[in-house]
Amino acid sequence: MEVSILTLCYLIGSVTFIIGLKMLSNPATARNGNLLAAAGMTIAIIGTIFLYEEDGKKLGNYPWIFGGILIGGIIGTLSAKKVKMTAMPEMVSMFNGMGGACAALISAVEFDHIYQTYKTVDSAWLSDFIPAGHYLTIIAGAIIGSVSFAGSMIAWGKLSGKIKDRSFPGQHVVNLLVLLLVLAAAVFTYQYNVGSAHLLFYATVGLALIYGILFVLPIGGADMPVVISLLNSFTGVAAACGGFLYNNKVMLTGGILVGAAGTLLTIMMCKAMNRSLKNVLIGSFGGGSSTAAAGAK
Amino acid sequence: MESILGWIAENQQMIYIVILMIFVGIEVIGHVPSVLHTPLMSGANAIHGVVIIGAIIVMGKADPHNYVALVLGFLAVVVGTLNVVGGFVVTDRMLEMFKGKGKKQNTSSK
Repeated sequence: MEVSILTLCYLIGSVTFIIGLKMLSNPATARNGNLLAAAGMTIAIIGTIFLYEEDGKKLGNYPWIFGGILIGGIIGTLSAKKVKMTAMPEMVSMFNGMGGACAALISAVEFDHIYQTYKTVDSAWLSDFIPAGHYLTIIAGAIIGSVSFAGSMIAWGKLSGKIKDRSFPGQHVVNLLVLLLVLAAAVFTYQYNVGSAHLLFYATVGLALIYGILFVLPIGGADMPVVISLLNSFTGVAAACGGFLYNNKVMLTGGILVGAAGTLLTIMMCKAMNRSLKNVLIGSFGGGSSTAAAGAK
Repeated sequence: MESILGWIAENQQMIYIVILMIFVGIEVIGHVPSVLHTPLMSGANAIHGVVIIGAIIVMGKADPHNYVALVLGFLAVVVGTLNVVGGFVVTDRMLEMFKGKGKKQNTSSK
């Protein structure tokens, strides 16, 4: 019974996200669309806290959950209310980075769980225990989330004037190399001794963070909104990985919806500025990373 | 290879959702006027905050004696909430500016 109510909550959440996004693209209904999506989100979150169960077991650690929500809620509301109108885009970037960090942290906990379960089995590969698809969703969430987090933080720093544009000759090559290293580390983690898999996992996350920094650093400050929009769609994909991980439809629909809409929005923003996406990202290996994100799904 | 195919077969429902949602996402914002680009980005940003549900599940399932999982999960809940709450509030404040104003002014995107 309770699980069916939760399913209903998730269904309401998914539908309000779609309708909310639709209303957001029309000036007359935009504000109500935002409120509608917020309402759907609230229903989905409350439903998860009280009704979620796995193998007949309810969630625990309520003090931690409520404490986290309280702290995040208060800081989020205050900082969003206080920020000046002109500083809005950098605030969006900041919150986007938080979402990416959340996705990466979820993956880290899930990986830690796997590692704790199998670490005593020596001289065996991770691939012996974990199906490739399951590992792919975990590592994709970790990589995309980390790139999005690091990139958004740099974008935030640039918009608020704390970080200057920096580029050096051969940056394309360096970026590409770092991206390849990330992918290589991800593969090695899977095909490596379980006992030290966690080190490789953290190396993958670290390299992904570095890639996120290198990816945004050379892009000009005026192009930041486009980059934020792109990172926004990355975070959407990372959230969808979480949906795969927990077989959770609302995370999947919300994430993919934002991933697709965000990508289109990025292209439209470029067009509005009379530039091509390639042009904006020329300082880094933009095309390569977006196809990687699409492929990693 | 075989395990990937197996995984696709196992998750075919989810994969169908992914493909349909890609089309819905593209369709839904297809005709957005350029004044709304930044608010729409911000609204989409708030919606992907749905990742907080994953954070809540991770936190709720964590073993009370596993401090790594507890701390990481707690951080995930905090940053996830920041994303959701901050995202919706910022979007609302942006859209507040549109009230009673013409369509043309205030692009707000730089």
